Amino acid sequence: MSTAHTPGPQTSVKVSTGQLAAAWALVGLPLAYGVYQTLTRVAALFG
Amino acid sequence: MGWLDRERTIAPPGFNRWLVPPAALAVHLCIGQAYATSVYKTALVKHFDASLTEIGMIFSIAIVMLGLSAAVMGTWVDKNGPRKAMFASAMFWAGGFLIGSVGIFTNQLWLVYLGYGFIGGIGLGIGYISPVSTLIKWFPDRPGLATGMAIMGFGGGALIASPVSTALLKLYDPNSGATGWVASGDAVGKLFLSLAVVYLAYMLFGAFTIKVPAEGWQPAGFDAAKVKAAKLVTTENVSAQNAVKTRQFWLVWIALFCNVTAGIGILEQAAPMIQDFFRRSDGTSLVSAAVAAGFVGLLSIGNMAGRFAWSATSDVTGRKRIYMVYLGVGAVLYAVLALVGSTATVLYVALAFVIISFYGGGFATVPAYLRDLFGTFQVGAIHGRLLTAWSAAGVAGPLIVNAFLDAQGKPGQLNAVSYQPALLTMVVLLVIGFLANLLVKPVDARFHEPRPDRGRAYEPAMEA
Repeated sequence: MSTAHTPGPQTSVKVSTGQLAAAWALVGLPLAYGVYQTLTRVAALFG
Repeated sequence: MGWLDRERTIAPPGFNRWLVPPAALAVHLCIGQAYATSVYKTALVKHFDASLTEIGMIFSIAIVMLGLSAAVMGTWVDKNGPRKAMFASAMFWAGGFLIGSVGIFTNQLWLVYLGYGFIGGIGLGIGYISPVSTLIKWFPDRPGLATGMAIMGFGGGALIASPVSTALLKLYDPNSGATGWVASGDAVGKLFLSLAVVYLAYMLFGAFTIKVPAEGWQPAGFDAAKVKAAKLVTTENVSAQNAVKTRQFWLVWIALFCNVTAGIGILEQAAPMIQDFFRRSDGTSLVSAAVAAGFVGLLSIGNMAGRFAWSATSDVTGRKRIYMVYLGVGAVLYAVLALVGSTATVLYVALAFVIISFYGGGFATVPAYLRDLFGTFQVGAIHGRLLTAWSAAGVAGPLIVNAFLDAQGKPGQLNAVSYQPALLTMVVLLVIGFLANLLVKPVDARFHEPRPDRGRAYEPAMEA
């Protein structure tokens, strides 16, 4: 790995909250959809 | 293709490490589709006029290629970094779907074997290991949580692919409203094309989002001394070449193999098994096909949730202890399932759910276990080699269960007692895995990589 950057502890603030939220939404929403669809099938187990 | 090089992916100061898990998830959610092949299995049987075994071979080739490519390509992945690896994985995975679709449209099954099975399988292997070592480096304080988040995606991918594929097959097939409908080959071919495009886009998002930490980076407030304090956690490094010479590697291999084999034993037979367990004397089952399908869905959620929850828990308990739970408590639960599982459906479902969560947890925890034992130097390559245990279990699990069930009778005639020999064999396997895990000790110092203050005169030999 390159040593181009200063080593040591750094704070995690530079990535915008919007960018972070969009990245998580891009993977979180399909996953939530998949879990929801599966739970509707699971309902038959308790129905 | 210099823009894919590791040097181009080094995070600038201030980069938020929480952007890395969604990048990893994007890849794992896509390759997790491998567990949703049952959606179009019947359609392919009809389209190619082939047997279930011939169609099942597509999935088997893909899983074998996953293990082989992860083992062979692991060092390349570690050397070239996650972006190039994810990019390669996206090309193989999407390319596999494209070639597979050509095979379906032209009615040539061998092209589906080559496309989805062989080429797609390589994409599976590279994609599976590609973000693991990067996540471990970004989260030295919580490696179990980090790898759990990514590998949870492999379990979750099928939850997405299954309903989406069903919806697309209905959309592409004009006869989808007919009674007893089975999707046409044309519809499955179009589904493969659609999945190729969507998965390519998602995986490229992952590839271009992921970054590796700069040399010496540490999370704010991280105290490396706490990591050093744990007995099994090393601050040394072992190369992949030397890791496979250690006893510890093979003990963890056995533990993973036993855990996966036992889990596959239930997953493979989930729907017919619950119906057989509650079969009445007149041959009918208390559990309908719809309820059995719900049970399969619940197991998928247990598999996914276990990957995240148990792996994250391992950051607190330690990896060896959590594996003792997977294998030890798993053996007890498996025995209870075999002996009294048929007394109540609630008991049966609860036991199976926990057992499958242990199965998922085993997968997600193992990269952090390897990090603890062998350091971060080539943990991706070591993980790749360890995944041969998964391939071996993928063959052994169904073989054990099917061989015992074939000896007990024909499908539709089996009951809870018919499953006892297979399930109790899994208990024995879990006990073997438990003992193997119990024997795991810190790796001998002769396998550690040389440092400026400590050379090594010769390469260490295989440990007895």
